[in-house]
Amino acid sequence: MKSIVAENLVKSYGKGDREVKALDHLSLEVEEGTVLSILGPNGAGKTTTVRVLATLLKPDSGRATVGGIDVINNPKAVREIIGLSGQYAAVDETLTGWDNLVMFGRLYHLSSQAANARASELLEQFSLTDAAKRPIKTFSGGMRRRLDLAASLIIRPKVLFLDEPTTGLDPRGRMEMWKVIEKLVDEGVTLLLTTQYLEEADQLADEIAVIDRGKVIARGTSDELKTQVGGERLELVVAESDLAAARAIADRVGNTHSSVDAGLRKISTPVSTGGDALVALVRELDLAKIHPLDIALKRPSLDDVFMSLTGHAAEEIKEESEKIVKSKKGGRS
Amino acid sequence: MRAVSDSLVIMKRQLLQLTRVPEVLIFNTIQPVMFVLLFRYVFAGLGTGIKGGYVQLLMPGIFVQTVTFTLAATAQGMAQDMEKGLIDRFRSLPISRAAVVTGRTLGDGLLNIVVIAVMGTAGYIVGWRPTSGLLKIALGFLMLLLFGYALSWAGIFAGLVAKDARVVANISFLFTFPLTFLSNAFASTTSMPKALQYFAEWNPVSTMVAAVRQLFGFQNIFGATKNSFPSQHPIQTSLLYMVLIMAIFVPLSVQRYKNTNK
Ligand SMILES: Nc1ncnc2c1ncn2[C@@H]1O[C@H](COP(=O)(O)OP(=O)(O)OP(=O)(O)O)[C@@H](O)[C@H]1O
Ligand SMILES: [Mg+2]
Repeated sequence: MKSIVAENLVKSYGKGDREVKALDHLSLEVEEGTVLSILGPNGAGKTTTVRVLATLLKPDSGRATVGGIDVINNPKAVREIIGLSGQYAAVDETLTGWDNLVMFGRLYHLSSQAANARASELLEQFSLTDAAKRPIKTFSGGMRRRLDLAASLIIRPKVLFLDEPTTGLDPRGRMEMWKVIEKLVDEGVTLLLTTQYLEEADQLADEIAVIDRGKVIARGTSDELKTQVGGERLELVVAESDLAAARAIADRVGNTHSSVDAGLRKISTPVSTGGDALVALVRELDLAKIHPLDIALKRPSLDDVFMSLTGHAAEEIKEESEKIVKSKKGGRS
Repeated sequence: MRAVSDSLVIMKRQLLQLTRVPEVLIFNTIQPVMFVLLFRYVFAGLGTGIKGGYVQLLMPGIFVQTVTFTLAATAQGMAQDMEKGLIDRFRSLPISRAAVVTGRTLGDGLLNIVVIAVMGTAGYIVGWRPTSGLLKIALGFLMLLLFGYALSWAGIFAGLVAKDARVVANISFLFTFPLTFLSNAFASTTSMPKALQYFAEWNPVSTMVAAVRQLFGFQNIFGATKNSFPSQHPIQTSLLYMVLIMAIFVPLSVQRYKNTNK
């Protein structure tokens, strides 16, 4: 069964010359219990897609269902089964982690007792128990994101939307977040996740939809997309005199034809065995007494995907100004 | 009755905030108390000939001024929630569309009870003595709270529209501050130019001040024009204003909350 279906969603902002098509006939489907990652650069329409599916925004046209329920005609029923963690952590900063989770629990109509129990459970699950009694203001970015995610899991949603859950986290925070998400997926939640990182989509998603300017421009498994863009490759820079010999070695290691940029003295070889190929290349270069000036195993980046899919780089259509979250004191609030 | 309990959860959130950041409550009470003390002693001369002194007329004025500022406070709080994305989260929850905005007005209303109680105590210490009996005094306070509550709804709308907490707080002040001074709250309106006098007389702040003075047992001698409707019926006029404000801003706010970011 399809858990999420979007058909021809259109949403524009502004009028006339300034019109921006945030969604331009966007369609997608997510099978129950699977993970779809929406991959796209700034301004591609990721957040807009999530907001439409999470009932926060009405599209200009098109239709969508979540868990079989129409998002536009029956938003309230959709809200009963979804969890949403937006691009920016949306919790009450003056309250503690505990206060926030209990409040959201109560708003999901749990009894006071059940809300308390669920709050402790989630704090435990997200390793936030120690910080539970501190105001969110004192949380690190990673802790905030985790709490925000916890808040979206209070009712154990069937369908979960995560909008760039790891943007702004350090590598460790990102790994932690991935672990948490993987566990949720194991438990059977249907997940729609947006990201700017191919690596993240790779790690978490069953299927990836690449979007650009409000349209899905490619979709498939991570492997399918990578094959489309050429997968991993070895990049090698050597002295001019070594170029021919090095190329021969690279061709042999990759069992293919390398491309050579003579000006940069750079050899680029598609490989399928990743690290092993790199080790083999280094060994052979050493035997041949060729000193590489630079050597690297490159994975395709979002940029590569874009270059290959659209012929243009993943330029930022419009930089969305980072929300500066100010903590304001003094006002009644 | 879920809508009611949802609103109460939101209201409770504001009370929790006060316990987590007690400075907010302190700031909110210090300012009006300071006004009480300043005006009481600086303008004491205005009170010659008033039984009980200027402070008897002053207190209703400062009470009304303080609850009028609820508009700015609510607007700021609402805009702050918009800025931080909290409203988005609330909107993704299966709760009534009126719950979040109603909850905030109730929370700000509760805060007003505390602030007014503290002000009243300060007023009492510096000589304020309402003389009308418990029932009327209670009615006076009730009117003050209702007026603040009604304005709170205008604040909700402003906050939802503006989305920027600092901007909306400043704009609300620009709007309410003159309103509280182009009135009979602190001095007689009779020395104002004719047009302003007319405005001051119909100004809801003036009708409220007159109503509360009456309920606290003092004659409103600050610019009550003979035979004018608001001067003759300050309580009715004020109630009418409140109904009007609510009739406009409750539906507007709920609608706006529903369609915010559409
Ligand atoms: N409220 C709005 N008013 C005007 N334009 C908007 C609004 N929201 C989004 N847009 C525009 O719609 C387009 C898509 O925005 P969206 O936020 O969905 O992108 P995104 O993929 O989430 O980007 P990011 O990676 O920066 O979060 C952008 O060009 C953006 O400027
Ligand atoms: Mg976004």
